[in-house]
Amino acid sequence: MKNWLKLHRIILLIIAAGLVTAIVTLMRWDWLPNYYGDLLSGVWITLVILFFTCILGITLAIPLGLFQVTGPKPLAAACKLFCTLIRGTPLLLQLWLIYYGVGSLFPQIPWIRESLLWPYLREAWPYGVLALTMSFAGYEGEVMRGAFAGVPSGELEAARAYGMSRWTTLRRIWLPRALHRALPTLAGEVVLQLKSTPLVATITVVDLYAVISKIRQETYIVYEPMLLLALIYLCLTGILVVTFRYFENMIPTREA
Amino acid sequence: MSALELLALSPPGWGGLLLKGLAMSMTVAFGGYFLGLLIGIGGAFGKLYGGPVLRDILDTYTTVIRAIPELVLIVLLFYAGSDLVNRLLVLFGSRPVDINGLVAGIMVIGVVQGAYSTEVLRGAIKAINPGQIEAGRAYGMSAGLLLRRITLPAMLPHAIPGLSNLWLIATKDTALLAVVGFTELTLATRQAGGATKAYFLFFSTAGLLYLIVTLLSNVGIKMIERRAYRGMPEVG
Repeated sequence: MKNWLKLHRIILLIIAAGLVTAIVTLMRWDWLPNYYGDLLSGVWITLVILFFTCILGITLAIPLGLFQVTGPKPLAAACKLFCTLIRGTPLLLQLWLIYYGVGSLFPQIPWIRESLLWPYLREAWPYGVLALTMSFAGYEGEVMRGAFAGVPSGELEAARAYGMSRWTTLRRIWLPRALHRALPTLAGEVVLQLKSTPLVATITVVDLYAVISKIRQETYIVYEPMLLLALIYLCLTGILVVTFRYFENMIPTREA
Repeated sequence: MSALELLALSPPGWGGLLLKGLAMSMTVAFGGYFLGLLIGIGGAFGKLYGGPVLRDILDTYTTVIRAIPELVLIVLLFYAGSDLVNRLLVLFGSRPVDINGLVAGIMVIGVVQGAYSTEVLRGAIKAINPGQIEAGRAYGMSAGLLLRRITLPAMLPHAIPGLSNLWLIATKDTALLAVVGFTELTLATRQAGGATKAYFLFFSTAGLLYLIVTLLSNVGIKMIERRAYRGMPEVG
């Protein structure tokens, strides 16, 4: 701490504090209390989307990675194609393809209109969650492929020598070791996923970004809501990074 | 109309509009990427050899840019940037100008890419054997000559994986400019889809175009890698 607080840092901090004071006093923040509830629900929706798309995405990514390493050729090729498609096109395009493209096909199919899912399919969020999940699965499928391939073959041979079945080997040795190897990368990817979530606002899902857009439209204030938005994302990213660092430190590693 | 008629290059087909959008996307991606590289070279040198104040400012720049969603940055910088330039123009007594969307787009992508480039290049420069730079200094090379002859060529092999990744990100980040109303490929596609209701066809076509760009880029990256890594021992 003492090393960190040098003279120039103190001066920079004072300048930064001055800047913040100027922003707080000179800009308009009177709208803030009116939208307190909206903002909270926006943050909540953003976090819920982040949580579920990451969980669903990694669940898909594990087989995607595993099949690319060990699967039969056609299955491996199909998984590789999926990852290439997802990684080679912008997420915004995928989102709009699913929402406008697939979404506009559904109403033309009678049995879908009569099914129990129809009330949900008329809303925007399932398309947003689907697009974000597929995106996360595509990127993480590639990460998991590398992680599965990187587990030393001696460990897998040892498991076989112990008489473990293929399933037990996967459950006890291969998957835990692969996840361990992939964890630092996955932590970074979750932050990237957080930064992708505001895209769902373009298909009318009311996440944090959409709430800020609404405030901007209703109050005609241009910059202040955007600055607040940037600040909230900055805090969310910081919290995620610190949390992941904590979990990474909990897993014992052999230090060379 | 059939799919082929809809995608025809001349009106009433929409193929021409899509290709024009693709050209726009690529222009912004190129411009933004190279602007980002320039910022990155400056930023990396500032972080490594600059004074303590410059280092702290650059640290703040890279941390903040990398922690905020690209969409938010693009909306904020796109409007705030043009607004700021106009206010400065008025302050100095000239009339406000309508800032070209293309220029604003390149600036925005450049500023965002610059933060990531800074980190990639900083790591690459740090990976150079310090003896090589010391040897250059011992020969009496000036800072500029040292940069041109030693540092930049020597760091290139270390920087290529990161920089090629950034190029792929740049091509895909241009799609976000659709949100601020800049007619690049994604927005052109949405306009075509909205006018004809053939959303699925147009978005799939645009996806294919983006995919071709990515795959061609990968071929190019492979060629650059082969050249940059020549004479180096095979790894992995």
